[in-house]
Amino acid sequence: MEFKVIVFWVLALILVVASFRVITAKNTVHAALYLVLAFFNAAGIWMLLEAEFLAIALVLVYVGAVTVLFLFVLMMLDINFEQMREGFRAHLALALAIGAVIAVQMGLVLWSKVRETVPKGTVPADPAYSNTKVLGRVVYTEYVYAVEIAAVILLVAIVAAIALTLRRRKETKYQNPSQQIRVRREDRIRLISMPAAERESDGTAT
Amino acid sequence: MHIFTQLSLAHFLVLGSVLFAISVIGLVLNRKNLIVLLMAIELMLLAVNLNFIAFSHYLGDTAGQIFVFFILTVAAAESAIGLAILVVLFRNIGGIAVDDLGELKG
Repeated sequence: MEFKVIVFWVLALILVVASFRVITAKNTVHAALYLVLAFFNAAGIWMLLEAEFLAIALVLVYVGAVTVLFLFVLMMLDINFEQMREGFRAHLALALAIGAVIAVQMGLVLWSKVRETVPKGTVPADPAYSNTKVLGRVVYTEYVYAVEIAAVILLVAIVAAIALTLRRRKETKYQNPSQQIRVRREDRIRLISMPAAERESDGTAT
Repeated sequence: MHIFTQLSLAHFLVLGSVLFAISVIGLVLNRKNLIVLLMAIELMLLAVNLNFIAFSHYLGDTAGQIFVFFILTVAAAESAIGLAILVVLFRNIGGIAVDDLGELKG
């Protein structure tokens, strides 16, 4: 039994258990934490497949950003977890049936065709092979338009998320720059002419 | 047993399909909880990405990994906007139960 095979089975087992707990956990915070575990194990399996860059990107983007975002939202909202689980048992039979159908379909496809058409093993990569370098070389030449579109999609996501959640409180004071610029002298200064008051002369002054 | 001694493409494809089936079950089970629905969608995308990377490795073609790269981008954008919508929803109707979301019915 090769070491790689042991690593695969351990990672795959933890991955399946963790993702099972994600969908069945009573507390949604626990579900988010199991999601972190699932992503870590998936990153390990991607490492086995020699996709080092994507494995690190998965940990950084998903564990570092997306799951933390989930946790932030969970803690900001006041959620009644018990109410959320209504109907969990009622849907169990339907869910298992759908899952079984999907598993059987995929299993039929996989075990009938894939084994014959796909090569059994691959040539071991030479030690100087750098996954990141190869990906970078392809991304910025062949797929450069796709990369730019992806960047625009991320920008749109940022703007949309901020625009959705931004709200202006009525009680806070804020500056209105356009009003500040448009102000004229007459709005701020009032010149009034008033008669000079007579000085009281009591005779003591010289 | 052959599957315990040597890794093949089928191992990774079966793992991906098991993950996908689990997340579909999760979508049906947690119909009330919008956050777990989003998590199940993330798991589905993970299963698809695993397939892409497995094929990319066994066929010796980097295009699959590039595709995973873009899927990751879109998935991150999707979950960010989804969670923002969730926050707005909570502010407006005071909860995130899926059953309360009937306002667009007219």
